[in-house]
Amino acid sequence: MDRRKFLKLAGLSATLAGGVPGFLNREVKARSYTPPPGALTARRWGLAIDIKKCWEEPHCNDCIKACHAVHNVPDIPDRKKEIKWIWKDEFEHAFPEQPNEFNNILFTHKPFLLLCNHCKNPPCVRVCPTQATFKREDGIVMMDYHRCIGCRFCMAACPFGARSFNWVDPRPYIKEFNPEFPTRMKGVVEKCLFCYERLEKGQIPACVEACKRKALIFGDLEDENSELVRLLKSRFSIRRKAELGTEPSVFYLI
Amino acid sequence: MYNSDKVIPGIIIFVLFVTLPIWWNHGKTVAAPQPELPQGRCVESRAYMRSHHMQILNDWRNKAIRDGMRVYTASDGARFWIGLQGGCMKCHQDKSKFCDRCHEFAAVKPYCWHCHIPPETKEFEEPRPSKLLKLFGIPEKLGESGKVEAEETYHHAEH
Repeated sequence: MDRRKFLKLAGLSATLAGGVPGFLNREVKARSYTPPPGALTARRWGLAIDIKKCWEEPHCNDCIKACHAVHNVPDIPDRKKEIKWIWKDEFEHAFPEQPNEFNNILFTHKPFLLLCNHCKNPPCVRVCPTQATFKREDGIVMMDYHRCIGCRFCMAACPFGARSFNWVDPRPYIKEFNPEFPTRMKGVVEKCLFCYERLEKGQIPACVEACKRKALIFGDLEDENSELVRLLKSRFSIRRKAELGTEPSVFYLI
Repeated sequence: MYNSDKVIPGIIIFVLFVTLPIWWNHGKTVAAPQPELPQGRCVESRAYMRSHHMQILNDWRNKAIRDGMRVYTASDGARFWIGLQGGCMKCHQDKSKFCDRCHEFAAVKPYCWHCHIPPETKEFEEPRPSKLLKLFGIPEKLGESGKVEAEETYHHAEH
């Protein structure tokens, strides 16, 4: 075989092995992805909790019930295995730094509403080995449950205990499920996601909507004209473990 | 060749054993799966969906969850809301008559439904004891042991 024949044969084999060239392929590739129209958007979502208003209804759990019903959060009686997205705990547990002894007299044993703080510097995101938890551009600390491998590094990193691990299949513990939202499976970590699925449809988070005293105020922390920013500028507020530098986006008006 | 009286029959038996699935099923026909298709069109052509639905689903979940891109514009310009429960299953209203028909035939077990809820689901099953749980004697239904503790803290909070 001379060189000319060899090159011809090599060229023909390469073409055949490479399959049909792209420009002959019939399938049109004009597909595109766009954000949903009518979605609520912000540069940094935040939440203020007017705790005085919250205390006016000491036995009200409307926000917790609304959140857990919408997101198929199971009700597991064994507290070591419980799942919670939003819950209540006492002041001294939520704010363990204890600013001064007299504040403690005022607030000890008072219930505070707790949830994921959607920190500006989220330590959970830094430690996640699969980027299953990540920071969205609008400030939401998001979970991609498809990617979670259940290593629980994020739970160790979160200083607020905002994350729960599914030790068992959660489905049997969901009494009435919401068919529009998935559940989780055994072996993944879950938490509050600031109702990203409601924001996409132009709705405010379920807990904010459920509060009859309007004690929860949701808005854009980087929008000077938002109700949230005006409120935070006019009233004194505290954040959980602010000294850690995670910059929580959940504020407590006291 | 040494020991050819043993080696050659051995090779023949080995080849017959390895190819057993081929000639065991030879000549048998199995009906092709018939998934129930809803009226109207899907997001892309039928042939494309048949061969590429897994890639589309994978792209969709990444785009929707990770990039916030919830609207899909198909190759012919039609627009669709991205979602499994909120998108696909709004038309394909019965997972057992659509997804399962082919997946069972092809013996593939995608894990979509460990979390996503098929539209025909009425209620979730009671927990089933796994072999591991039985081995360690762990009850399948988590007990009420935690409840007393929970009430105690609650009363504590009342003071």
